[in-house]
Amino acid sequence: MEYFIQQLINGITLGGMYALIALGYTMVYGVIQLINFAHGEFFAAGGYVGAIALAYFAGVGYMESHPIICLTASFLIAMAYCAYLAIGVEKIAYKPLRKNSRLAALLSALGMSIFLSNGMMLTQGVYDKVYPSELFQGRFDFGMITISYLQIMIVSLTACLLVGLNLLVFKTKIGMAMRATAQDKTMSALVAIGSNRIISLTFAIGAGLAAAAGIMYGLYYGSVKYDMGFVPGIKAFAAAVLGGIGNITGAMIGGLIIGMVEIFGAGYISGEYKDVFAFIILISVLYFKPTGIMGENIDDTRV
Amino acid sequence: MSEQPILELKNVHSGYGAIKALKGISLKVMPGEIVAIIGANGAGKSTTLMTICGIVQAEKGEVFYDGQLINKVSPEKLPTMGLCQIPEGRRIFPRLTVEENLILGAFHRNDKEQINRDIQHGYDLFPILGERSKQAGGTLSGGEQQMLAIARALMTKPKLLLLDEPSLGLAPLIIQQIFDIIATINKEDGTTILLVEQNANLALKASKRGYVLETGKVSMEDDAQVLLHNEEIRKAYLGE
Amino acid sequence: MIQEFKRVWKPYTIGMLWLLGLLWPLLGIHADGTLTFQKTVTVWIYLLAGTFVCLIIYLLNTSGYLKFVADPLFKTTGKIKSATTTLPTWLWFILILTVALIYPQLAGRYGTDVAINVLLYICLGLGLNVVVGLAGMLDLGYIAFYGVGAYSYAILNVTFGLGFWICLPLSSFFACLAGCIVGYPTLRMRGDYLAIVTLGFGEIIRIILNNWMTLTNGPNGILGVKPIGIFLPIFENGLTFEHFWVKKLQFFYYFALGLAIVAVIAVKRLNFSRVGRAWEAIREDETAAELMGVNTFIYKLLAYAMGAVFAGLAGAFFAARMKFVSPESFTFLESAMVLCMVVLGGMGSIPGIILGVMALIALPEVFREFDSYRMLIFGATMIIMMLFRPSGLIPAKRVGTRSEEKEG
Repeated sequence: MEYFIQQLINGITLGGMYALIALGYTMVYGVIQLINFAHGEFFAAGGYVGAIALAYFAGVGYMESHPIICLTASFLIAMAYCAYLAIGVEKIAYKPLRKNSRLAALLSALGMSIFLSNGMMLTQGVYDKVYPSELFQGRFDFGMITISYLQIMIVSLTACLLVGLNLLVFKTKIGMAMRATAQDKTMSALVAIGSNRIISLTFAIGAGLAAAAGIMYGLYYGSVKYDMGFVPGIKAFAAAVLGGIGNITGAMIGGLIIGMVEIFGAGYISGEYKDVFAFIILISVLYFKPTGIMGENIDDTRV
Repeated sequence: MSEQPILELKNVHSGYGAIKALKGISLKVMPGEIVAIIGANGAGKSTTLMTICGIVQAEKGEVFYDGQLINKVSPEKLPTMGLCQIPEGRRIFPRLTVEENLILGAFHRNDKEQINRDIQHGYDLFPILGERSKQAGGTLSGGEQQMLAIARALMTKPKLLLLDEPSLGLAPLIIQQIFDIIATINKEDGTTILLVEQNANLALKASKRGYVLETGKVSMEDDAQVLLHNEEIRKAYLGE
Repeated sequence: MIQEFKRVWKPYTIGMLWLLGLLWPLLGIHADGTLTFQKTVTVWIYLLAGTFVCLIIYLLNTSGYLKFVADPLFKTTGKIKSATTTLPTWLWFILILTVALIYPQLAGRYGTDVAINVLLYICLGLGLNVVVGLAGMLDLGYIAFYGVGAYSYAILNVTFGLGFWICLPLSSFFACLAGCIVGYPTLRMRGDYLAIVTLGFGEIIRIILNNWMTLTNGPNGILGVKPIGIFLPIFENGLTFEHFWVKKLQFFYYFALGLAIVAVIAVKRLNFSRVGRAWEAIREDETAAELMGVNTFIYKLLAYAMGAVFAGLAGAFFAARMKFVSPESFTFLESAMVLCMVVLGGMGSIPGIILGVMALIALPEVFREFDSYRMLIFGATMIIMMLFRPSGLIPAKRVGTRSEEKEG
């Protein structure tokens, strides 16, 4: 029983990270019907910039005196960086292809994914970039169950970000504009919503969330690597599809489910094949119920 | 005419890629008028409205709104200038509530109090919307959606309102309601109306002037009453 | 040209400044607490110079200043084109075949090695072309079938001692089977979902190959795979056959050449057959094809299976040549590379794909010093091709005629 609870805790931690990445996929697909293959690279870039920022602060000495501020600053820097990256990527590789076939945009996204991951390899090296492990050393022990401070930080931060996103999308005017653009781009233009700006904003937010997930991943697993975006990217997309593509609440729930399935699958079925579970879910959902658990939210108008 | 037309098209050509829909359209709408564009399916009526709004780029010719050339203006700027279109098929945002749809109509406005008053005015005009204000737009009936689309358009505080086939797919009683409201908007608020309709009878009865479109060109232009009694029009569009 | 420049300089400068902001945090913030700018600026200057040169060439080209170079170039290519059509095709085939046959004698070990790779990837590219270029389905897990073919031969050979020639059809059969298993659930999905699901399947197969120790020996791979064995007739005392292993590089080359030729002929015949018509219909508009009575599912499955067969054959050959297989050779990146070759050359165009393969296999050999930038250039190539020339370097000639061009 205790093993089960431990796995539950681990699953929530991992699931939260997948949820953050999945949101980027789902929001972008919602507005422009494109699977942004390069989104996994935003996740990886966030991890890298976070590592760089933390190492810098350690080098300057601020880490010892103000660890919390440095960590917060690192998160903000990485999220801002990835938002900046995403806006540029969209303008270069996706915007010019909006009127072309879907295949062209997909291939461009694929090319961008390869380009970015290799760009990171060239500038940051082929080997793992290690995260400082002095932060969050402690943990709570309840018999056989361990909850580390790190897990608490990750889960609470994820929860804050998810709540924040929900508030943004469902309670603000700009969030309403984002939902409107996802449902009907032409009509949005007719009520003075500039779809280009909304699309850029969507990319920026999605990448920012992925960057946060990237730092969490680096802290949790100890290091980041240039190709770390590939597998979590597919799993996060599976989560987005599971929840209903374009559906933000769906992506959050989907992420948690995928995280749980992976942890429980690894714990109770097989550790070597843990990556396979997410793929199986992806294929099953697309085969049996392509609209996902909570229904799609995309622009299904003609024109 | 001493005043300037609020909308003027001069020899506009436009289309979708290789398909040329408009082949030299010229028309004028004076402030405060209700003008109708009638014609058969595929004549280019919807394309005309989409070209005015910039969704379809005009390849040749000029579109003037309030004296300004708006060919190159991006579509989302036009509502801020008072030009609003209610496109064909209602196209309200299906997964947003009635109230959210209305709020979005006022997206470019900042005057919160006036916006709330305008929403209330919308509910006064269309009480059914008030009842369903928290329901998702997609769950409304066709007639209710059309009312929502009009109310939403009114939130943009339009000077010129373009309507694309407002009667499409609606029951006759509802259609009458809608056209009464259109007349009210025109009389009370002074909003100029340009309406595109397949139902020529309805359109011409409600308008002051009319244009007849045939395969991308204006084939006839006159006062609505004259057109209603014109032999050819009666034969072609009024089923006589 | 000045007007073009005026139009272009703003987005260009913004883009370059954006790039600078992108590079600095990666290159200029250090773990010892220092912030440097030199490395960033150096790299940026290189990129600036490179892109600026490209920009100038592009501007010159669009405003016609390069006409003095371009026109004679077009004239000569035009002359070559008309020459190719005046001479009968069979003569060209003889010519190319002769060159191909004597090539190993001229090129030496290294050149032959590269050529074998090129021929192998031509086979793969043509197979993927059947799926992507002819039937219009984006398959991102294609390399898995290559792996299935290679591993089938390896396992059958090492465990059961079966020879190459028996295993060749078996490998393609297993690959075909894998194609059907993967295809059955996936082919009902729409385009972009198809892509990611095939990606998922490709990964699943790779993970299975990597972890199923008893069957595939996991990450260690399978060693000791026997190469191709052939019987050569010896005319000494009457007719006897002597069996020997293909060890010399030249023989591998000729086998690969044979494989590539078979692939080209097969794809050409498929393209001009009834099946090819059905695929073209599906590619252009699947709903319309369905309404016209084309059983889209069966044809899509057929395309998938055929593509897998090509990959299986190539895989068996790969195993025989390397005498060793491991899961490392069958990653997603390989799939992406083959896709890049097809896209670069021109989807659905056989000469295009051959050109694409040569560009992406042979060219990097020439520019060996830039090897670490190889994948970066691959990625950039895909993006640039899609932005400027989606139909590829040598676009496919349409078999039917259309009233208007839909895709640019």
